[in-house]
Amino acid sequence: MTGYILKRLLSAIPVLLGITVIVFLIMALIPGDPATAILGSYATPENVEKLNRDLGLDKPLVQQYFIWLGNMLQGDFGTSFALNRPVLDEVLERFNGTLVLAGTAFVLCSFFGVMAGVISAANQYGLADKAITFVVLLGISIPSFFLGMMMILFFAVNLRWFPVSGMWPIYGDRTFGVLLTHLAMPALALAVVATGVIARLSRSAMLEVLRQDFIRTARAKGVHERGVIWRHALKAAMVAIIPVLGIQAGFVLSGAVYIEIVFQWPGVGRMLVDAILKRDILLVQGGVVFVAACYVLFNIAVDVAQSLLDPRIKT
Amino acid sequence: MSVFHVTRRGLIAAGTALALTLGLAGGAQAQTPPGVLIVGQIAEPKALDPAAVTAVNDFRILMNVYDGLVRYKDGTLEVEPALATDWEINEDGTVYTFTLREGVRFHDGSPFNAEAVKFNFDRMLNEDHPFYDTGPFPLSFFFSAVETVEALDEQTVRFTLNAPYAPFLSNLAYPTGLIVSPAAVEQHGADFGRNPSGTGPFRFAEWRSNEAVVVEANADYWDGAPELQAVVFRPITDANTRTAEMLAGGIDLMVEVPPVALSEFQDDSYAVHEQAGPHVWFLILNAKEGPFADRRVRQAANYAVNKSALVSEVLEGTAEVAAGPTPPAFAWAYNESLEPYPYDPDKARELIAEAGADGAELTFYVTEGGSGMLDPIAMGTAIQADLEAVGFDVTIETYEWNTFLGEVNPGLEGKADMAEMAWMTNDPDTLPFLALRTEAWPDKGGFNSGYYSNPKVDELLEAARVATDQEERARLYKEMQTIVQEDAPWVFVANWKQNAVTSDRVENFTLQPSFFLLLDDVAKN
Repeated sequence: MTGYILKRLLSAIPVLLGITVIVFLIMALIPGDPATAILGSYATPENVEKLNRDLGLDKPLVQQYFIWLGNMLQGDFGTSFALNRPVLDEVLERFNGTLVLAGTAFVLCSFFGVMAGVISAANQYGLADKAITFVVLLGISIPSFFLGMMMILFFAVNLRWFPVSGMWPIYGDRTFGVLLTHLAMPALALAVVATGVIARLSRSAMLEVLRQDFIRTARAKGVHERGVIWRHALKAAMVAIIPVLGIQAGFVLSGAVYIEIVFQWPGVGRMLVDAILKRDILLVQGGVVFVAACYVLFNIAVDVAQSLLDPRIKT
Repeated sequence: MSVFHVTRRGLIAAGTALALTLGLAGGAQAQTPPGVLIVGQIAEPKALDPAAVTAVNDFRILMNVYDGLVRYKDGTLEVEPALATDWEINEDGTVYTFTLREGVRFHDGSPFNAEAVKFNFDRMLNEDHPFYDTGPFPLSFFFSAVETVEALDEQTVRFTLNAPYAPFLSNLAYPTGLIVSPAAVEQHGADFGRNPSGTGPFRFAEWRSNEAVVVEANADYWDGAPELQAVVFRPITDANTRTAEMLAGGIDLMVEVPPVALSEFQDDSYAVHEQAGPHVWFLILNAKEGPFADRRVRQAANYAVNKSALVSEVLEGTAEVAAGPTPPAFAWAYNESLEPYPYDPDKARELIAEAGADGAELTFYVTEGGSGMLDPIAMGTAIQADLEAVGFDVTIETYEWNTFLGEVNPGLEGKADMAEMAWMTNDPDTLPFLALRTEAWPDKGGFNSGYYSNPKVDELLEAARVATDQEERARLYKEMQTIVQEDAPWVFVANWKQNAVTSDRVENFTLQPSFFLLLDDVAKN
């Protein structure tokens, strides 16, 4: 097992190096430079040149890349042009916000998605199945940002049950309960689509398993139907469900971008969008590399979990 | 069925969680506290160091934390004393001697004096200054005419310029000229932008990244302590969310309300504020080549565009029709006798026929957004329709703002016939000097991307820059406006009216033509 994990970790290194090259090139190739973004209307060629020099952007690209990579390997992600603070401070602080939001949404969509899928499958073509399929289709079809805006309008502006935006109140204590009130709407809005996808795939994975011989054997030897579904069938179906959860984790993480903007959640997605618009090169690069590294690690964790569940995968 | 047994359990768990959340929510929606004004800003500030920032969004905070030597008189763009009580200008306009206000202290307790003023300008302008590395200072060229700054005694400071430069006082009133505490810069170095200290009505209290900047009343303010106890600036980048926060009572003051959202605030619990400012939205026409090289075709474009429809329909009345290159907000320098080009498609067709430009193909650069650009795509398509109605064949090319600037600023030659543009400035000199002179063509480092050239205009602008008498300057600018309107290097479209919404708990709030947000007289109950 340790060998497998080690091998997977080693194989992540070229992936991450590739990401650094791609994100660096993208930021270098898109038109518009940070000096123009900072100076706005006052970006005369002369001012732009001077500011680029002050920002250290007058060096050749290859040199810039290796300086950046070298610094990053030593833990120095540089300083954001637009926010005037170390990139790593900003990314870590923001990632914390995203983790709370996306983590909650992930727990919600995994739990409700798998539950809905199992119940659907257990009652195939029954009333519960039809109701769940209907709700799930509805959930998949509504864009999350639109759902978010509607939730703000209804629950925050009209009913005033929840705060409109932000992660913490401007005044008052930072208790867990207060965080929950801020988290409820964005986490739900973010979880809805992923819940639908997970529910549909869990349903088919369960149906597949329920048709197999060992289920009939279990029923025949008198296992209670609840035990058949939740213990025997679900455990086998999890092998097919877990990769879906892994993919949905990535989906929730990227979907968080819209939700963070709509709910002004201080997360890494909103940070990246702002940084791209301001051509805040180091912040974009540092942020993308950090998020990509987390995503790669998460996927390795998913693979490991799967190989634990299904011994055939172990290589 | 047994499966439902579990489901019921699941439902109960989910229901409990929901009820818990809802129950907690009940207490969370308290009103914002009295005496504390919560302002919905459009973005997270970059830094609270006035020398290092460029965005109006940041200026809104800075103007309440710092003072400059001079400031704009309430409701105008004319300068009046602030930290300097008085000043003398020598005969040829190259030496400015300021007498400073006595007994003023920075928020950190250090004294404000002539040495402090010298420190501020040396830090920005002198590459050998020990704190030059706390930059970069992108707008330091506002003071590039300054040769030396000398502290003559504790309360007297003298600026020597390398040439007469009439906009100097007005630039001192701009946020780039705000005075920071040298002691705080020495203490915090490059982190000064997050630990600011000035002399203004509010002192910096706290900056929670991406949540809020909090400033508290400065009871010892030289111009009288503010009414408010504190101001909280919240960055809410999404305009819809900002509107929702205002409607839900999460903020007390909202700036840059989207035109379509204004109707939400028509009842008595809100007040909508509007103020025209030094902004002009125009189309740069390529006067070097193609159909717009002919003045008659440029004039035709001005006749063809229905500007009143643009401001009333597309911009929902948040702007006024522009007559010339200088916005009316510069009241002293604005030529009142100018009338905007009327909407007259027949006249336009006539001029086009005369010039033989029938059916000319035009490439039109449009941006997706950007500072002061209002609603550029909708405006661009409306303009395209107007121009096609008089016989042009217009192709739009759309760019993201930074890309757009990268295309437009180096000049339109060989690429496009027209481009959208907007400027907000603090002095009537800035825009025409940087964008209409022959010496300001892109290859010479200016913004005259349409290659307009008229020796008479050049002469007037050079003369206005060195004239020290305001009336003389005004006369020169007014003459320039008449000529430029006639020459039509641009299609003059709109002057934006800045807007803001306050809740009925906010009193004494007014917007300034400078577009700055001044909160020292505002109260909230």
